[in-house]
Amino acid sequence: MIRNPKDLQRYTASERANHWVVGISFILLALSGLAFFHPAFFPLAQLFGGGVWARILHPFLGVLMAISFLAIFFRFKALNVMTPADKEWLNRVGEMVDGNDHNMPEQGKYNGGQKMMFWALAVCMLLLAVSGIVLWRAYFSFPVELVRFGAVIHAAAAAVMIALIMVHIYAAIWVKGTIRAMWYGTVTRAWAKQHHRAWYRQVTGK
Amino acid sequence: MALQSLDIARRSATTTPAPGVRETAKVAKLIDVSTCIGCKACQVACMEWNDLRDEVGSCAGVYDNPVDLTAKSWTVMRYAEVEEKGRLEWLIRKDGCMHCADPGCLKACPAPGAIVQYANGIVDFHQENCIGCGYCVTGCPFNIPRLSKEDSKAYKCSLCSDRVAVGQAPACVKTCPTGAIQFGSKEQMKDVADKRIKDLKERGYAQAGLYDPPGVGGTHVMYVLHHADRPELYQGLPNDPSISPLVSLWKGFAKPLATLALAGVALGSLFHYVTKGPNEVSKELENELEKEDAK
Ligand code: HEM
Ligand code: SF4
Ligand code: SF4
Repeated sequence: MIRNPKDLQRYTASERANHWVVGISFILLALSGLAFFHPAFFPLAQLFGGGVWARILHPFLGVLMAISFLAIFFRFKALNVMTPADKEWLNRVGEMVDGNDHNMPEQGKYNGGQKMMFWALAVCMLLLAVSGIVLWRAYFSFPVELVRFGAVIHAAAAAVMIALIMVHIYAAIWVKGTIRAMWYGTVTRAWAKQHHRAWYRQVTGK
Repeated sequence: MALQSLDIARRSATTTPAPGVRETAKVAKLIDVSTCIGCKACQVACMEWNDLRDEVGSCAGVYDNPVDLTAKSWTVMRYAEVEEKGRLEWLIRKDGCMHCADPGCLKACPAPGAIVQYANGIVDFHQENCIGCGYCVTGCPFNIPRLSKEDSKAYKCSLCSDRVAVGQAPACVKTCPTGAIQFGSKEQMKDVADKRIKDLKERGYAQAGLYDPPGVGGTHVMYVLHHADRPELYQGLPNDPSISPLVSLWKGFAKPLATLALAGVALGSLFHYVTKGPNEVSKELENELEKEDAK
């Protein structure tokens, strides 16, 4: 595919790299974490060289993800502040899911759904990082009642976050022309005009 | 069915039934706290039989030594000085795994076969399957398992499963000079306890009784206590222990449900794509922009 010089820049190289570090560490965390989550998933530990390796590696991957997530959080925080237009969009999200997005309210760089996703993921990440430290027996030792509570929080937040990320990935697959934004950072003008018209006007001045 | 000396009735992180056609008598160890003199012969016998040599610690100012269970000290004597009716009582309890009928450690363990419960009731850790996560520590209501700093495996009293398998009593039982530790079938041990409790009651310990807590389904290590109404006097032996509701929530029905929900999200996405089709950029918009460019 020849890239059009008129394509719009959506992400810088460093934003993309940051996102991939978060994404890769998340997938490794989900696979290793699920291995301890339920016996049905225990065979996933083989991907990491067995149960002991999965147990050793998981928390370090968690630290990597937490740090890179924090970087992404500060990069995109301001762009994810909710506005009345986002609320309106969220109220009518049913039409969008139905595949009929012509009458959806105009959206900036991110729509209401993406913003909700951003904040929900941030909450999950915070819960996972804090409870993950509590569970990390190799280096920490907390009162057992706290560890029990941490285990419940960690497992619940992980399940929610995995579900959210599945939705996140599916949305990128469903809305054609989106994934390239994470490969080389640009989107077509038509894509921007259709899905994020306010942002399109802002960057093109039209 | 393989010929094994001890049949496995339950296995950690395993969702299918264990082989269960053979009936085995349930065993129990009875520790009569009122007959124990605190000599620690059982601690020594445990080290000896299991070939464990813990690091030599230092005296903490009390008889407790080592002061706590470790990966290499599977049983320790705990000494409590309490005042009862104006008299000093020196309560000495041999601490170690209680071999719960409903073991919290086994429930919490995520590694298949790292913890097993034999048909005779003994709960045993198989370190070759242990991944070192410490979930057993989180699940145990008695604060028993210990993670080794050397190999990151969890250890605890095995009730000398190797000895029991060949018809021997545990090493601590064998060595106790006062007969305060006895071993046999659970029924038999309850009978022995009954006699002893009657005796204690006659001697003024009205609250004497058996510690076989029903909250964990009963245990295969039981105590005769002079103050069975207040087990916490014996250096914090839990009163009415059970698997924490948080552990039951963590390890209970919520996870299969969460797994189904995740599968639902994945399949829901797939069928959304298949039924609604992709969300493409509209041809009209593309043409419009092309026209603008041509101008
Ligand atoms: C700073 C971040 C994190 C830390 C420090 C951390 C740490 C831990 C630790 C120590 C365990 C126990 C097993 C072991 O010792 O390896 C665990 C389990 C687990 N982790 Fe994490 N983790 C983090 C982030 C995540 C993330 C982002 C996920 C998302 C998928 C995740 C999913 C899980 C799951 C599903 C389990 C099994 C929980 C259970 O047994 O029910 N973790 N984590
Ligand atoms: S540390 Fe305990 S819970 Fe974890 S695998 Fe080993 S025996 Fe099982
Ligand atoms: S006392 Fe703790 S370690 Fe022993 S069987 Fe019960 S739950 Fe497991």
